[in-house]
Amino acid sequence: MSGCRKRICLKSHLFCFLANCKVCFVALVQSFSHYNIVGQKLGVSLTAARDRGQLVFLEGLKSSVEVLFHSQDEPHPLQFLREAGTGNLQSLYTFIQDALKPADSEESPWKYPVLLVDNLSVLLSLGVGAVAVLDFMQYCRATVCCELKGNVVALVHDTEGATDEGNDTLLNGLSHQSHLILRAEGLATGFCKDVHGQLSILWRRPSRSTAQRARSLTYQYKIQDKNVSFFAKGMSPAVL
Amino acid sequence: MAAADTCGAGTLSSRSVASEAGQGGTSSFQRKGKASGGPGGGPRLLSIAGTRPSVRNGQLLVSTGLPALDQLLGRFRINMWARSRRNLGEGLLGSPSPLCLELPAPLLDDNSKKELEDVHSAKTPEPNVNMKIAWRYQLQPKMEVGPVSSSRFGHYYDLSKRIPQELLQSSKWHGFFLPEHISPDLKGESCFLSCGYMRLLEFIQKSVYAEGFDGANPQKKQKNILRIGIQNLGSPLWGDDICCKENCDNNHRLTKFLYILRGLLRSSLSACIITMPAHLVQNKSITTRVRNLSDTVVGLESFIGSERETNPLYKDYHGLIHIRKIPRLNNLTCDESDVKDLAFKLKRKLFTIERLHLPPDLSDTVGRSSKQDLAASTARLGAGCSSMAEGKKHLDF
Repeated sequence: MSGCRKRICLKSHLFCFLANCKVCFVALVQSFSHYNIVGQKLGVSLTAARDRGQLVFLEGLKSSVEVLFHSQDEPHPLQFLREAGTGNLQSLYTFIQDALKPADSEESPWKYPVLLVDNLSVLLSLGVGAVAVLDFMQYCRATVCCELKGNVVALVHDTEGATDEGNDTLLNGLSHQSHLILRAEGLATGFCKDVHGQLSILWRRPSRSTAQRARSLTYQYKIQDKNVSFFAKGMSPAVL
Repeated sequence: MAAADTCGAGTLSSRSVASEAGQGGTSSFQRKGKASGGPGGGPRLLSIAGTRPSVRNGQLLVSTGLPALDQLLGRFRINMWARSRRNLGEGLLGSPSPLCLELPAPLLDDNSKKELEDVHSAKTPEPNVNMKIAWRYQLQPKMEVGPVSSSRFGHYYDLSKRIPQELLQSSKWHGFFLPEHISPDLKGESCFLSCGYMRLLEFIQKSVYAEGFDGANPQKKQKNILRIGIQNLGSPLWGDDICCKENCDNNHRLTKFLYILRGLLRSSLSACIITMPAHLVQNKSITTRVRNLSDTVVGLESFIGSERETNPLYKDYHGLIHIRKIPRLNNLTCDESDVKDLAFKLKRKLFTIERLHLPPDLSDTVGRSSKQDLAASTARLGAGCSSMAEGKKHLDF
């Protein structure tokens, strides 16, 4: 269930960013209508954002069927599905690059681009190797963060119990490259009706070599129908 | 039939589909005059045989085929998914086009009504007497043993009989038998997906397209849901070796297949249920990945063949049910049940799911024996003599 919890963070991020940014959303897990309906609960319309050109949405599920069953004229972002081997995400990177690079002729109303990926662990399930995914993320960071001064938000499953080497490699590699790590997990004590889980926030500065320690905070949360409420540990309204 | 199905530990994975074909897709900020509804505007769900709309998240619900499981997976607020043979039987009764054989005979109207009445009458309403000694138990929620809702969403099945031939012949169904679709020399095996999986995907895609479930050629008659059942996915019968080797080169074939299947289901009016021999899969990371790719995951652990079969603690049940994942589509929340320890009982006409109750401990020892001790003590009682008198494990002040 931890994967589901992580999505709240993703959605909250998405909706903050939509305020003033051009967003490219690579959604591999659910369909567009799911994100749209949840977005409406949180007060944002993805349909409207897409219609006005602010949001470029890649629906992985629908596209995977297209790639496999319909012949493509041009390279498709999910071209790697038809390939054997550890997979090459170059076509996906090209798609993102084209989506976020501002057109030369016009002045873009949106400032800083954002790349959202939900989620990278699915790429491992699709046959892409962990190293290939890390390379892809490196290219994305170079373009989106360094060149275009934007942000990248990516989701990864944390498979603590199962020994998934590929996923562990991916998770460790990304953690070292990230400035901010949000980790959502269930409570160690088990199921609770009023506290659905715990969110740890860790700020890192991988570029600086100072002795400054990373800052971290932990909150607990409860997911409601149209909102997520956060509170300090042990301060759940149900307990007070 | 069903008993053999659940023998050994198995995991049911399933997919679910949002009925996007039916939604009007209005945005929250503008009213678009979509041809979906009446004067009220807003999306209107299609009325499709065998389904019922959910007011919670704007989706169509499909019965699993087991009313007890329907209830557990969200008090009727489940998203569309299906359960093996019973639901495929559901498919024949409500909305044809299942993809499986060997369905149990459904209990049609008269019989099933009687069944419901029997169940209800057996449970006489208890007077609201305050408990004096075990007063803490008063606060426990009453776990309904049988189905409670009188509005029928789903059917009952008689597992001792097969589905009548007339019903089978009059319904539309497609069967997929892998050896018929693969050439013996296997030359055309594509590298990115195993031959078996690829053929199955092509078959499903053709069925979806031909019957109009994807909206391409709209169904002229009464609209239906396509229910798909796939058995023993991941086993060597499908040309996969994840049950044979721990580190096989192509261990992503199954997950790739599942992803594309999910894509097919999401873009059509269909629901799919898959059974997988999870206990045979060598590499546990594959099981985790399969779970992440599914909407609903239910594990069935049968007591047959294990030591629990003879354990008096479990004598009332046939196995345990583990609800590992419930769907969270179009929603931030889901209807998670408080009850986590569930067991099932399989009778001829009823599959019941109950909260796991331990029988009262009437032994002389202070604490309840552990399972291993109980098995040992049972053997001891059976032997008659005290050759295995190992009372040192039990504290006795």
